[in-house]
Amino acid sequence: MTETLTTAVTAPMVRAWIERSAKVLADNRAYLTELDAPIGDSDHGNNMDRGFKAALEKLPEGDDIGAMLKSVAMSLISKVGGAAGPLYGTMFLDGAKPLAGKTSLSADELAQFFDDAVAGVMKRGRSDVEMKTMLDALAPAARAFREEAAKGSDIRAALKAAAEAARQGMEATIPMQAQRGRASYLGERSIGHQDPGATSSHLILQAFSDVVEEAAQ
Amino acid sequence: MKKLVNNAEDVTVEQLKGFGLAHDEIDVHFDPNYVCVAAPVQDRVAVVSGGGSGHEPLHGGYVGLGMLDAACPGQVFTSPTPDQMFEAGKAVHGGRGILQIVKNYTGDVMNFQMAADMLRDEGIEVRNIIIDDDVALKDSLYTAGRRGLGTTVIAEKVCGAASLEGYDLDRLAALCKKVNIHGKSMGMALTSCTTPQNGTPSFELPEDEMEIGIGIHGEPGILRDKIRSADEVTEILTDRILDDEAYTRNLSEWDPAKGDWTDVEVTDITLQKGDEVIAIVNGMGGTPLSELYTVYAKLADLTARRGIRIVRSLVGNYITSLEMAGVSITLVKTDEEILRLYDAPVKTPALRWGM
Ligand SMILES: Nc1ncnc2c1ncn2[C@@H]1O[C@H](COP(=O)(O)OP(=O)(O)OP(=O)(O)O)[C@@H](O)[C@H]1O
Ligand SMILES: [Mg+2]
Repeated sequence: MTETLTTAVTAPMVRAWIERSAKVLADNRAYLTELDAPIGDSDHGNNMDRGFKAALEKLPEGDDIGAMLKSVAMSLISKVGGAAGPLYGTMFLDGAKPLAGKTSLSADELAQFFDDAVAGVMKRGRSDVEMKTMLDALAPAARAFREEAAKGSDIRAALKAAAEAARQGMEATIPMQAQRGRASYLGERSIGHQDPGATSSHLILQAFSDVVEEAAQ
Repeated sequence: MKKLVNNAEDVTVEQLKGFGLAHDEIDVHFDPNYVCVAAPVQDRVAVVSGGGSGHEPLHGGYVGLGMLDAACPGQVFTSPTPDQMFEAGKAVHGGRGILQIVKNYTGDVMNFQMAADMLRDEGIEVRNIIIDDDVALKDSLYTAGRRGLGTTVIAEKVCGAASLEGYDLDRLAALCKKVNIHGKSMGMALTSCTTPQNGTPSFELPEDEMEIGIGIHGEPGILRDKIRSADEVTEILTDRILDDEAYTRNLSEWDPAKGDWTDVEVTDITLQKGDEVIAIVNGMGGTPLSELYTVYAKLADLTARRGIRIVRSLVGNYITSLEMAGVSITLVKTDEEILRLYDAPVKTPALRWGM
């Protein structure tokens, strides 16, 4: 088999990403809510499932990737509530800003999308990595994407690296003491649990990698 | 789970329906959900708040003359979404801007900020003031910071009265900040509580144990102990409030000059001999009034011994966690301004005097 380079992410791939995310989050609804029980308020899976269902329902027709991602942001902001709604909403909103009107994305544009998305979450959440949040999955993923993409502009490889970095980042939240969100009220009692937000972030990034991988085959 | 519920998903909407039917002076809106005063707000600052449902009478019960102009209820224990505050804000804006009173929970803070950004895009001036009065939490650097408890009720009362007196937005925001740094609260639970969506208690609390330093979302507190007498429990809570040292933290505020959100350093007062306070002995939803008055008796004794005078008091359910049994105590240091505005007439479903 000859390996072809994936040099662009197209609008149908982005649509498939949102569809796959909605499916994966629905499949993992109970799992995410379970993770949220010991260090939160047992609602993260319900929140993410509700949000991505709404995002999928309202996803606009057509090939404008910026418009699609902005629509996802607005659905998450108006349907999720809690902490995850504004955070994931801001992530898609800030990431999508420079992408208005684009029908396909280069590796550089995607790298920028991830960087803007992470910066948006940090600003909205007044948070950073190592605080036991979704950022522990998102930030390493954005970095891994940029580094891998710089090597040869293959988006497939870069997304794979990003998803793997997110998985490692998610697991790294287990020994951390939470410093943001509801979990932080528990102090040391938050140690030893995997962060639900980092877990949903990994699922979403893995979904992106999977649909682009499948499109290339 | 044993509850008067038809459908777990509909509890917020169904209670709003009943609320609107029961109170003529209040309008209820759906999709997005908010409640507001039926009479138009004219030429004064509108005061808006909101938060998860399940804390009733907070916030909807405080909508009315001399208190809130609108309240936005989220799902049970989940913060409302920005579209709710956006529509509520537009509905009650009376040409002089909006003060949003926000309890310090990550979700509430962020959703109200997004709503403020959206309203500002419509040309409406908005200030968000955060209430974080829960002395159970010591540290702000490595946590989401102190939570908003009973001081919220006093802030809503005092700011509503100030709006009627004609305070402009800057002055009203400054007043709300003052009430926040003057207020201290701490709570405890005898039982857990169950949200209709989850159907099981949010934490397990054995028959002979209590949870000290709880918030209002059924989240566990800072420590668990064997149950003690009413006097002993009151002493634990009151001492922690009276001994609380000046608490300094950064709170996010809108900076009109910079046109962005900035961190502002804020430091609480400490309670001193000679201070006069408003006291709330608050039930968590499932505590008999008789027990709350027992707590009040001890609170009055403990404060008097420290030379602190309770000049006004509220005893009852003001900021609750569904059916939880337990109590929270709030002390807000008053001055001439706070007391004058507190005493001003108010007419809401849950708080009413002077008219
Ligand atoms: N300040 C923050 N910055 C980044 N991520 C955060 C922050 N606060 C919380 N999170 C993330 O949000 C996740 C929790 O999301 P969830 O949907 O459960 O909201 P919540 O905190 O329960 O809010 P609510 O109870 O109001 O619904 C955490 O696991 C964490 O990853
Ligand atoms: Mg949660």
